[in-house]
Amino acid sequence: MIRQPSRRSLLLGATAAGSAMLGGCDRLGDAEWFKRTLKTGEDANLFVQRLLLTERTLAPEFADADISPVFKPNGTEDPPDKAYKALARGKFAKYRLEIGGLVEAPFKLSLAEMRKLPSRTQVTRHDCVEGWSAIGKWTGMPLADLLSRAKLRPEARYVVFHCADTMDQGEDDGGADTAQDDDADEAVPAGNATPAMTKQSGGGESRKDSGGQQASKDTVAGGGSPVRYYESIDLVDAFHPQTILAYDMNGKALPVSNGAPLRLRVERNLGYKQAKYVMRIEVVESFAGIGEGKGGYWEDQGYAWYAGI
Amino acid sequence: MPRTYLTRSAPDTGEVETRRWMFRHPVVIRVTHWANSICLLVLLMSGLQIFNAHPALYWGKVSTFDTPLMAMSSTEDDPPKGVTTILGRTFDTTGWLGSSAGADGEAADRGFPSWATLPSDQDLTGGRSWHFFFAWAFVLNGLAYLFYGLVSGQLRFRVIPSRDQVRHFGASVWEHLTLRFPEGDEAKRYNVIQKLTYLVVLFVLLPAQVLAGLAMSPAMDAAFPFLLTLFDGRQSARTVHFVVAALLVLFVAVHVALVVLSGFRNNMRGMITGWFVIERKVEPLPERTSTEAAS
Repeated sequence: MIRQPSRRSLLLGATAAGSAMLGGCDRLGDAEWFKRTLKTGEDANLFVQRLLLTERTLAPEFADADISPVFKPNGTEDPPDKAYKALARGKFAKYRLEIGGLVEAPFKLSLAEMRKLPSRTQVTRHDCVEGWSAIGKWTGMPLADLLSRAKLRPEARYVVFHCADTMDQGEDDGGADTAQDDDADEAVPAGNATPAMTKQSGGGESRKDSGGQQASKDTVAGGGSPVRYYESIDLVDAFHPQTILAYDMNGKALPVSNGAPLRLRVERNLGYKQAKYVMRIEVVESFAGIGEGKGGYWEDQGYAWYAGI
Repeated sequence: MPRTYLTRSAPDTGEVETRRWMFRHPVVIRVTHWANSICLLVLLMSGLQIFNAHPALYWGKVSTFDTPLMAMSSTEDDPPKGVTTILGRTFDTTGWLGSSAGADGEAADRGFPSWATLPSDQDLTGGRSWHFFFAWAFVLNGLAYLFYGLVSGQLRFRVIPSRDQVRHFGASVWEHLTLRFPEGDEAKRYNVIQKLTYLVVLFVLLPAQVLAGLAMSPAMDAAFPFLLTLFDGRQSARTVHFVVAALLVLFVAVHVALVVLSGFRNNMRGMITGWFVIERKVEPLPERTSTEAAS
């Protein structure tokens, strides 16, 4: 006779194995070599999606009737920075977008000048990495036009968007390296970082429906340079016909909560790529020396640089 | 006769005639089965982690934040209550959904509790890394299984009901409901309900799950706009992904329950070593099968 294990012992065994496994998985997930292994899945996403999409494959566009009644502002809704507040008070009349880096002819543009340039209007869906979606109508200049005017140097590979909103006051920029992700997360002032996107260890931190680009409102004592939001895309996305710098949303000037005066729309990508409050565009060869070197604020917190999925 | 190749010469166990060894699961089936179970478990738990970043579901193209199909949240009370709303009806789910104890024992605002998510703490990017890696592993493993199954004939033998099985469908349902498991020759093949269930899981639920997952990717929506037509929008695709995950959990629960009820050791040995014991019926057997057993 084969003795069947009792149901009770099976259940007990399963519970014990379950909790041991959970703890084991958490430890595994914190190990550097395993993180790198897991990241190969995201590398594969980039590789396969770039094979599937041509440079001109368009993201779906929608009808005006599909526009969300409220386009949910996310992340930073009102940058705390003094320089930005001064610009906003003056209705951005003194705002100048800078385009520089690895280009032959850097230049600056005012909002009035931008509005005279050829524009594109598109009704597209915004997909937050958290899972929700909203549809908005965007009008702005194709980024390709600006880059062509600035003339990229041959070594140019990425376009970096530097934003106005301070996310957190860097305590020790020089010392923050990839092996200390947990420390970096703890440096984010509680309640100012985006709760849903930031690591939490089950504490009583209040949870809001937010994510994306959310600025810090406090200054952490101890100095260090402020960390402002930034993002980057490669030239495939930069020259995509739907990649625009939008100054209008739903037919009106972009509100401050949605990124006034200028935000990036890089369709076919998740929300954290759609940088708001864009002040300066820098063309670079690599991300080294920018932030923590991963190509974006959230990328520095561990998010994948490629945001097509 | 498709079933003959499953019976190989049995190890010399000195068993009496009422038990017979059968080589049931070839190595590719066994390896892909266990790899698949690991993938499904990781995908489920990392999926719940991702869900927790915005624990609400909608239908259509966009999120209608005021009218979700389902949402989990916590109240301002001290201690906070967990509340789950499904189709407008609200349930108190404190300790399970909406609010539950985190790793430190303190009540935390989270959709699913920490024991159900991977990583256990709130960590969207960690959950995404696990999910995408194991999604690739799941798809490649599934393709290996399907390729082997088609080439070897195993798939057809395992999941396509034979004509006589279809004829006796009603009787099979009754046997299943009364937990009477087939013996003798009938135990060598899957019964009609098993076959139909595996058919639905293999060719409806799992492909739908992959497609709904892909439909949530803005880049995939650009490459294959039919994904959005298929699911009626990205938010519906997210809801379908969640519901199908729940159906897969139900399938696994019933699968494991039946594995336990129909002979845990025998089933586990079968899926680990390949060897499975068929218990004979008590009534006298036809001549043909008894000679087979003597081999």
